[in-house]
Amino acid sequence: MSRPRTSYTVRIETRSDNPGWMGVLSSVLGVILALIVGGFLLKAAGAQDPIGTYREIFKEGFGTVADWQAGITALMTGGDCPKGMLCLGPLSDTLVKASPILLTGLACILAFRMKLWNIGADGQMFLGAWAATAVAVFILPKTTDRVVMLGAMALAGLLAGMGYGAIPGVLKARLNINEIITTLMLNYVAYKWMEFFVVVGPWSIGDFESTGRFPKPATWPRLTEFADRFPALSGLTAHPGILLGIGAAILLAWVLFRSRWGYEIRVIGDNPKAARYAGINLPRNVLLVMMFSGALAGLAGMNEVAALRELNGRFQKGFGFTGVIVAWLARLNPLAAILVAFLFGGLLVGTKMIMPQGIASMLQGVILFVVVGTELLFRYRLHLEKVEPERGPAAEVSHDD
Amino acid sequence: MPEALNAIEMRGIVKRFPGVLANDRVDFVCRPGEVHALLGENGAGKSTLMNVLAGLYRPEAGDILVGGQRVSFRSPQDAIAQGIGMVHQHFMLVPPHSVAENVVLGLHRPRFLLNLTQVEEQVAALGEQYGMKVNPRAKIWQLSVGEQQRVEVLKMLFRKAKVLIMDEPTSVLTPQEVDTLFSTLREMTGRGHTIVFISHKLDEVVSIADRVTVLRRGRVTAAALAAREVTKAGLAKLMVGREVLFQVDKKPSRPGEVVLETDRLCATNDRGLPALREVCVTVRAGEILGVAGVAGNGQRELAEVLTGLHPATSGSARLGTTRLGKRTRWQDLGQHLAHIPEDRAAVGSMPGLSVAENLILRTFREPPIGVGWGIDRAAVRKNAERLVAEYQISTPTVDLPVRMLSGGNLQKVILARETSGHPQLIIAVHPSRGLDVGATEAVHKLLIAQREAGVAILLISEDLDELLSLSDRLAVMYEGRIVGEMPAEGANIQTIGMMMAGTKVDG
Repeated sequence: MSRPRTSYTVRIETRSDNPGWMGVLSSVLGVILALIVGGFLLKAAGAQDPIGTYREIFKEGFGTVADWQAGITALMTGGDCPKGMLCLGPLSDTLVKASPILLTGLACILAFRMKLWNIGADGQMFLGAWAATAVAVFILPKTTDRVVMLGAMALAGLLAGMGYGAIPGVLKARLNINEIITTLMLNYVAYKWMEFFVVVGPWSIGDFESTGRFPKPATWPRLTEFADRFPALSGLTAHPGILLGIGAAILLAWVLFRSRWGYEIRVIGDNPKAARYAGINLPRNVLLVMMFSGALAGLAGMNEVAALRELNGRFQKGFGFTGVIVAWLARLNPLAAILVAFLFGGLLVGTKMIMPQGIASMLQGVILFVVVGTELLFRYRLHLEKVEPERGPAAEVSHDD
Repeated sequence: MPEALNAIEMRGIVKRFPGVLANDRVDFVCRPGEVHALLGENGAGKSTLMNVLAGLYRPEAGDILVGGQRVSFRSPQDAIAQGIGMVHQHFMLVPPHSVAENVVLGLHRPRFLLNLTQVEEQVAALGEQYGMKVNPRAKIWQLSVGEQQRVEVLKMLFRKAKVLIMDEPTSVLTPQEVDTLFSTLREMTGRGHTIVFISHKLDEVVSIADRVTVLRRGRVTAAALAAREVTKAGLAKLMVGREVLFQVDKKPSRPGEVVLETDRLCATNDRGLPALREVCVTVRAGEILGVAGVAGNGQRELAEVLTGLHPATSGSARLGTTRLGKRTRWQDLGQHLAHIPEDRAAVGSMPGLSVAENLILRTFREPPIGVGWGIDRAAVRKNAERLVAEYQISTPTVDLPVRMLSGGNLQKVILARETSGHPQLIIAVHPSRGLDVGATEAVHKLLIAQREAGVAILLISEDLDELLSLSDRLAVMYEGRIVGEMPAEGANIQTIGMMMAGTKVDG
């Protein structure tokens, strides 16, 4: 019965040291691991050669070096894009996709920094798109100056998102109602709201489920508008929305790391008890953060309709949820979110032609899953512990059983 | 086999926590069928030792023998398999679930189908047997604290515990419930169970225990004394010790004007029960008023009411000329009031933020730190570097997250932040709890320096040595009342110990 035996047990301990580079490593490793896992899923979905598929996705999403060279040469010489080359097309498409993702990502970063789990960026974005459309199509005249028009649309989108974010904000601040539930459910309210106006309702032209093409001043200027001077730009849809996102990212980085409000947000996010002890007003900050988080998502909605140049029944859902992933992958750093949003934009563009259609969402999901998982491994240290060869109670228990 | 006489034998137990030696070669022996009290002040290592016995902690060194056989516990399941169960101070129950469900929670058997009716019958029978009536179908949240405790005990009996460790079981009970508990414990020892009774209340120990082991600063100061042969005064001496470990060099106090004055301050605790009962204290500039008392006798509420974190129900308090009322918040007082909170990590700091960022928690709103909407990064860094040097905080850089600092350094960060703004009053709660000797000394020196600079200090502590060496005057709290006040010099430790334990002291 007292036969000595040696066994091992794994113990999990929190790491006391956690240098900054580890966070970066965990994000990068997360993506690589996710691609490996995704490869197996692709194989299961019938892909003969997952690596080839990835190469194809990358090519579709970003282009190749040869493409970029050809594109730049064409641009410099005033020529056209050579036949058979993608030139700057993929990059342009990726930037178009990246801008709403970046803005919803920033919306999530702001809220998540305070441990406020706003997963309603999608709904807030829908409301932003709706309000911007109202301004563009129904409020301002078609002949309004483009800068004024776009500015008014941005303001409307911002305010609508802000107001929609204020609902869960007030509920959380006043009644401590879980914001995860309220923001999530309000997404569906926003979808239906949009459906009412565009699909069945008053904004639809005939049976087209669309408001019809926006007047020109209400659309983002696109690169292709300059095609008469630079033929290589012909067909490129990239627009200044990405600059709006980058500007917002820089502003948010300043707010979070250089402003008094950002300091309060980070104090609350790190330790709400310490915040209370320091006299920081928690309910007020909950409301403010939800409102500004909603505003960023609302801006994403405005950006999207100004790029689509119409609001129709197929207005894409899910950018808000992609924003959650972007926020995590950027480790809640607004500047890192610019890069992450660009990569995700490429993923969305690159997988457009891939069958089955769900590949992009699948990869996104796997990436988030693996990134959260690897973060756990980096936060904790695994210990292999030797159990002394003795008449331990563990042996005793197994005898009794 | 003489060892068979002992139900439990612990030999040379050593348990370290970062910065503290909680158990320093502790021996502990108890016999079957006895109530063995483990006496000591807070932080003496009683709970640590028993958590080792219950399988929650693994000791760095030492042996545990159960019925003469050497054992090694890796989890509470291992301990319960050896018949050792613990009832913690904070109950481990699931409030929405029923008594019977809580009793079987965590058991490996039955594996699939749970015959709850059968469990309910067994629980009811057990309760009947030991005189602990509890409705097995009642939900935990519907029960009083005393009843919840009974569920915890039943849980252990259901698991066939022979040795039951009770961690300060009376701290949450009313006097009547205490009587019931004691008769239950007697019933259990009569049936051959062994009870280890952790306490720092002398009255209880003398009335329930057969034998007493006293711990002080992680070491045994008296092993297995027969309770019949000791006096309360003798135990108090053993518990708090006579020698003052830290002789603090301080000048005689020159008290100035009254800085803090409370008038019949009353407050309730989080459960809505009275926590402060007509507390009147005054603290003058340049003096330290020490508040002694066993945890949970209103000290925390006193600090929280004065710092505006907890509302008072009646009475008043003033700081200088400012009335501290319901609406007074910490930030309204600016830096006149410094607060060194009880819990450094959970309340006093932001673990994930850097040293520099933690140091501006009080000053980020005003220049030079807060400029317009922004925060002047250069000023933040300058402020941090100045305070790190001035308060001798040892950290590689001011950008290090404070969760990586040792307890002593974290406390220095908090002290630097709180005292660098020239406060009128410092409320310090357990400022040296859990710190090693060096850090404790540094904290004490800081407080003395503040006192000499003319700051009024309210020092709340459970460490009598600390109170006696730092304070000018001492107040003792018991059940929310100030039960006595005296000059610290020449104060009789045994008298204080007995006042803390709620014993009336004549004269």
